[in-house]
Amino acid sequence: MDFNLTDEQTMLKDTVQRYLADTYSFDARMKSVHSGAGWSPSVWKAFAEELGILGAPFAEAHGGLGGGAIENMIVMEEIGRAMVLEPYLSTVVIGGGALKAVGGAIAEAVIPEIIAGNAIIAFAYAEPQGRYHLHDLTTTARADGEGWVLNGHKSVVTSAPYATHLLVTARTSGAQRDAGGISLFLIPSGLAGITRRDYMTVDGGAASEVYFENVALGADHLLGRAGEGLPIIEQVVDEATAAVCAEACGLLRVLQATTLDYAKQRKQFGKPIGDFQVIQHRIVDMFLEVEQAVSITLMATLKLDTAERATAVSMAKAKVGKAAKFVGQNAVQIHGGIGISNELAVGHYFKRATLVEGLFGSVDHHFARYETLAID
Amino acid sequence: MDLSFSPEDLAFRDEVRAVIRDEYPTELHGKIDEGEELSKDDFLKWHKVLAAKGWIAPAWPKQYGGTGWNSVQRYIWSEETARADAIRLMPFGLSMVGPVIYTFGTEEQKARFLPGILSGDVWWCQGYSEPGAGSDLANLRTKAERFTGEDGKEYYRVNGQKTWTTMAQHADWGFFLVRTDPASKPQEGISFLLIDMNSPGVTVRPIITLGGEHEVNEVWLEDVIVPVDQRIYDENKGWTCAKFLLAHERTGIAGVAASKRGVERIRAVAKSEQDGGQPLIANPFFKRKIAELEIDLAALEFTELRTLAGEASGKGPGPESSLLKIKGTEIQQRLTELALEAAGHYGAPYFRSFGEGDNESAIGPDYSRRVAPTYFNMRKTSIYGGSNEIQRNIIAKMVLGL
Repeated sequence: MDFNLTDEQTMLKDTVQRYLADTYSFDARMKSVHSGAGWSPSVWKAFAEELGILGAPFAEAHGGLGGGAIENMIVMEEIGRAMVLEPYLSTVVIGGGALKAVGGAIAEAVIPEIIAGNAIIAFAYAEPQGRYHLHDLTTTARADGEGWVLNGHKSVVTSAPYATHLLVTARTSGAQRDAGGISLFLIPSGLAGITRRDYMTVDGGAASEVYFENVALGADHLLGRAGEGLPIIEQVVDEATAAVCAEACGLLRVLQATTLDYAKQRKQFGKPIGDFQVIQHRIVDMFLEVEQAVSITLMATLKLDTAERATAVSMAKAKVGKAAKFVGQNAVQIHGGIGISNELAVGHYFKRATLVEGLFGSVDHHFARYETLAID
Repeated sequence: MDLSFSPEDLAFRDEVRAVIRDEYPTELHGKIDEGEELSKDDFLKWHKVLAAKGWIAPAWPKQYGGTGWNSVQRYIWSEETARADAIRLMPFGLSMVGPVIYTFGTEEQKARFLPGILSGDVWWCQGYSEPGAGSDLANLRTKAERFTGEDGKEYYRVNGQKTWTTMAQHADWGFFLVRTDPASKPQEGISFLLIDMNSPGVTVRPIITLGGEHEVNEVWLEDVIVPVDQRIYDENKGWTCAKFLLAHERTGIAGVAASKRGVERIRAVAKSEQDGGQPLIANPFFKRKIAELEIDLAALEFTELRTLAGEASGKGPGPESSLLKIKGTEIQQRLTELALEAAGHYGAPYFRSFGEGDNESAIGPDYSRRVAPTYFNMRKTSIYGGSNEIQRNIIAKMVLGL
């Protein structure tokens, strides 16, 4: 049992933190938001070339840093801290995670492109009727000769407007909610028959509704075996959920620290509001929630490669989701009026934390999943 | 970072399990599981076994009688003893005054007091709170006036009243915070004294708590004469010892391993209790409460493990231990709430033990007997060791700089 980061991991953390503090200011971020693009291609290029973090969880044989889940946790916490818009989660954690899980020629081909910053992957898994259930799918891929024909509608596909690839879940056999018969495809985003309706998300990112109409896919777009995709999807989504918890930890640390600073400066009744015990205890409770979110995120991350993976991830997401709501709402409350203006960073952290709360399953969803796995 | 146990850790765990299996006193089996009140004799039986093995003080430095275990081994120890429903030893000597003595005491004091703590021959109690000094502990009034005796030696004459003194009725010695300088600021005129509870002028009176237990007492000190060499650390520097002790107390107070065992027990009860023709655990509301508790407990466990890792790399228990105290005691209390809720009607009967040889049959299931008294009793946990509101003040000031 060991809870210390290795020297390399500590260095990764310090490097990313310093780089983002120097280059990724709140104002710079808001420029990307206001441009309507919801990201900055030059930042992504810099992540690949200057910072070199896009290879963090990949094998050295692929040109990566030889890390794994802990490296993703480290990077994602810093991404949360700086409220980074760029798609590390969907590209490296999810796309990269799926490729690592299936291996083979497609992994050999695409992973180096991810590391180089050339491949950007959006995860098209959600559907209007499916809510947080990964197997509730109406998108179909029908066998056609050697390949497949894809039809369906995917909801709120983050980063889709600028992605080079889509990672798509689709039913290749069975009924809408069967666990079997689900397959995973990695396809170029520009294939004929793909249309998008692009929009911004409330936290400043970009997403799309993605429609597939008789999209012809080659056999080499299939990841793993046909009809056996769900276990891989569940694994990848659990890894992504743990990573999102780490992002939340970064967001919440900033929300708590910013609120603390504000309470020390803002004066009412002739003294800093932080002198009032009612405010002090509220900020202490925020601190307690943040520390526990960090702890349970660590637990989930360390259990990703064990039989307890799904249980641990749902525990973490339920706890972190509650913390995100509590810390976010109280950060705004203690800031008072200025907390609900669009000017300060705190409100934007609150918005991102609110989306993170529901990402890959709400608190209720993960409680129910935990109960099914661990109590029933 | 790695969660798995090394082969050495696993061998140690096997050794611990074997020791508990073979050496835990058979007459104590079932006492924790059924929530029975424990006697001093019960505590001593297990204490003596561990003392004889040299396993009584895992947290102490080896030179003073500790085991030399690393933090993983100590974690395994607390997990395994909780899993086996072993009695948790009284903290007053081993976790409280012992560390103060080996940290702040003179060589002579260490030689005089530590062996009795380790052997269990000397029982300790804590004289901190007073009627006018609860959360505001530094407001304590018990005064110790220094004088030179007829034998030419230095003494204190101690007068005052302490309260909520746990196990004082069984204690041989007590550690007391007393005021030695009434003129200085509240926290600067306090000294840390060790007092023989059999000294003339010490009177112990019981306070009966909500569950009907006699755990706590009032302790009256009337012209109690205490030799100056029973003062730990410098005169008027007792607050330093007090703060050190409270930080130590708080980490142990989290009680993670015992709470994990407590959750298992409630799950078992909720599987056997019926609710509308189904096990209680199938009730979605009860199930959700168990789920929330287990998840909060996991977060606390990993917070404690992070703290232990920090301590292993040289950080002593600091104000962060207030976090463990707050969350640990909240969880302990929620456990007792759920146990009472699970018992349903049978939380109501007032059960009194008539001692050995009691032949009267129990009312209701065994597990329900003490759920209400335990629930009542455990309200103490968010009050003692510095109330949870005081812990929030400590975090606000010491961690957040408010």
